[in-house]
Amino acid sequence: MTHPIVRLLTQRIALGLLLLLAASAMIFAGTQILPGDVAQSILGQSATPEALANLRAELGLNEPAIQRYFRWLGAALHGDLGTALTNGQDIATAMGKRLGNTLFLATCAAVIAVPTAILLGLIAVRYEGRWPDKLISGLTLSTVSVPEFLLGYIAMFLLAVKVAAFPSVATIYEGMGFFEKLRVVGLPVLVLVLVVLGHMMRMTRAAILNVMQSAYIETAELKGLRPFQIIARHAFPNAIAPIVNVVMLNLAYLVVGVVVVEVVFIYPGMGQYLVDHVAKRDVPVVQACGLVFATVYIGLNMLADVIAILANPRLRHPK
Amino acid sequence: MAETLLDVRNLKIAATVYPPGEKPHDIEIVHGVSFTLEKGKVLGLIGESGAGKSTIGLSSMAYGRGGVRISGGQVLLNGRDILAGSEADLRGLRGREVTYVAQSAAAAFNPAKRLMEQVIEATLKHGRASRSEARARAVRLFRKLGLPNPETFGDRYPHQVSGGQLQRAMTAMALCPEPDLVVFDEPTTALDVTTQIDVLAAIKEAIHATGVAALYITHDLAVVAQVADHIMVLRNSAMVEYGETRQIIEAPREDYTRALVSVRSIEHEEKRPTPEPLLKVENLTARYRGTDFDVLKNVSVELHPGQTLAVVGESGSGKSTLARAITGLLPPSAGRIGFAGRVLSPQMMDRTRDDLRELQMIYQMADVAMNPRHTVGKIIGRPLEFYFGLKGAAKRRRVIELLDEIELGEKFIDRYPAELSGGQKQRVCIARALAAKPKMIICDEVTSALDPLVADGILKLLLALQRIEGVALLFITHDLATVRAIADAIAVMYRGQVVRYGTKSEVLTPPFDDYTDLLLSSVPELQLGWLEQVIAHRKMESAGG
Repeated sequence: MTHPIVRLLTQRIALGLLLLLAASAMIFAGTQILPGDVAQSILGQSATPEALANLRAELGLNEPAIQRYFRWLGAALHGDLGTALTNGQDIATAMGKRLGNTLFLATCAAVIAVPTAILLGLIAVRYEGRWPDKLISGLTLSTVSVPEFLLGYIAMFLLAVKVAAFPSVATIYEGMGFFEKLRVVGLPVLVLVLVVLGHMMRMTRAAILNVMQSAYIETAELKGLRPFQIIARHAFPNAIAPIVNVVMLNLAYLVVGVVVVEVVFIYPGMGQYLVDHVAKRDVPVVQACGLVFATVYIGLNMLADVIAILANPRLRHPK
Repeated sequence: MAETLLDVRNLKIAATVYPPGEKPHDIEIVHGVSFTLEKGKVLGLIGESGAGKSTIGLSSMAYGRGGVRISGGQVLLNGRDILAGSEADLRGLRGREVTYVAQSAAAAFNPAKRLMEQVIEATLKHGRASRSEARARAVRLFRKLGLPNPETFGDRYPHQVSGGQLQRAMTAMALCPEPDLVVFDEPTTALDVTTQIDVLAAIKEAIHATGVAALYITHDLAVVAQVADHIMVLRNSAMVEYGETRQIIEAPREDYTRALVSVRSIEHEEKRPTPEPLLKVENLTARYRGTDFDVLKNVSVELHPGQTLAVVGESGSGKSTLARAITGLLPPSAGRIGFAGRVLSPQMMDRTRDDLRELQMIYQMADVAMNPRHTVGKIIGRPLEFYFGLKGAAKRRRVIELLDEIELGEKFIDRYPAELSGGQKQRVCIARALAAKPKMIICDEVTSALDPLVADGILKLLLALQRIEGVALLFITHDLATVRAIADAIAVMYRGQVVRYGTKSEVLTPPFDDYTDLLLSSVPELQLGWLEQVIAHRKMESAGG
């Protein structure tokens, strides 16, 4: 007999893959609905009808959409995302570097933001209703409320112009040393941390406070444990599922939603890449970016559910 | 040598209340209680819910639940006033000198941690033993408390063991640091009667073997009489009577104590079966969706007009499922439900309005069975409107009639459920059921959440209403004392089957089948030494058989 948790996890992962398939179909359909014609955009307004017809045949645009969808999807599964219309580059190669940069930025932000948010959440619960709680809640709420581009410019003004601790433009290039890279991305990382910190901290606080109402917390108090021990040892393990969920949502945001921050700091990541090609109506690139973003988003949420399932002792150790 | 362990002097406890529309203010919930407890002795605290039992018990750890705090008096433990101590002093005392066993061990254990880790946590935290010593001590306690596989029991998670086992594990957790005092807060109340007796015996044995002193809190006098040396009776947050167990039980001085001792004074003459039953359940089999076993197996019972059929059994025996099947909430997979000469369709959705009207239901949790935003008048008026189309003054008149019948009266008509006591809420639910002029009411554990004296009032009311309205009652309960008090016929259920069925006198007259015998002999009796007698009897039987 297989462990019931294996079945649950298989189900969840299968659902994630199904969702991804649906997302890919929607991305493809969405870009098909857009007015205009790829052949026309490649050849320009002055193209002759013959040239257009030839190119259409060459690109396979005369085939039914469903066939083109499966061809596109099949190629994407083999790592071939097609070529960009604007510069004829291979999308996978061009995007690979950009994605690497975005993941570097996201990882730096996550490594700082996730532990900080959880620790601040624990502290806020420990001093619930007293000044440390109010201070933490107030500060994180204000950083969440300020638009990220404004946060970016404020950070730039204070830390690049006034103090000159970090460069104002986060240009990174190949062959740059790791620590040099870290210094260069300092400001965008700071802004991203401030943006995601509040949400994660507040959800951590809410999830743990919810658990703090349980009878077993009273049991722990009556054992003479210290308040912080109670929160960390007895409350936190039971609040993992909701916390992981909100952490994953924010990690997804760090990859998918950083467009504005990348533009502000002129950082060569996925966001910039997407914005550039949307402006040029480069449909294959937009499709590829959409697919990658969907994969990241669905993948992280799936991971959140997998962790939540694994963290549940009732599922891990059935009767 | 009598040495005082706990000396509580003029203890006052207050709580802050936040009444809607008023300023928060303090009320006193315990008014100056004093008592002493000697080393190694057991003091029983008894009283109704809200009498302040738990609050007084927890004060021996200087702990106030929720917004409760100790506002006056002294609590001397081992000679020092613990109320004068700092938070750090209190942490040193809790889990070391005094430990706690909660009513619901199922909720009091952390679901994310293994039992062993939780059982030895306080022992380690206070440096009472090394990890390996503590583990060995826990295993010894598991064995002493009769837990299965004591060596590996601690490796399990709370959800992997039964309620009775959890309660024992919690006792082991309380005894592991070798405290001077254990506070037992209704440790067997949430258990089935057949489980309660074993847990009670295990707790008593453990108390004696370790020589620990205990405060034993319960609302069940028969239970506390088995374990306590002294008993303190509490009512409305004040002491009513304090004395040796024998004196309290055999010669109570106060009226209130006498009422507690003689509770269940209901006399009910058994009615004979009529030729034509009102409800005829035939070979009912049912299972829940997505499961692969029958929770009801071939159940056949009859209920005669104006009579009471009591369905008894432990939790999980299928008694509530039977109610669900009869009401059509859980369509049975086989069998027939005959009612008032016709056959009821298995699905509730397919039943006629008269089918629905004539078969009403009352639940255990009166609080959650009423819309908290409706007034009593609206709650009782709803079925009048729905079934009889009553409106305006006519409806109000009928609501007042019903309120008089349940002995509450017109003044309750504009109140909200939150403004009622537990017993009053249950009365409103009864009125709501009666409003439909039913032929039969299913009562699902309607007195289980109530204090004995309040429950008694509800039972008397139900019997009186039965006489006046001629309504038949299907009474689901785990409480055999209730069954004795009100039933005309009894069905004993065990694992989805009816193991014994007949008129009350038939069912309660020997010879018994094994299960009914176990069930009947497990009901605590208000008699010193009852527990030992039953346990000795069972040991002899199992040795002989």
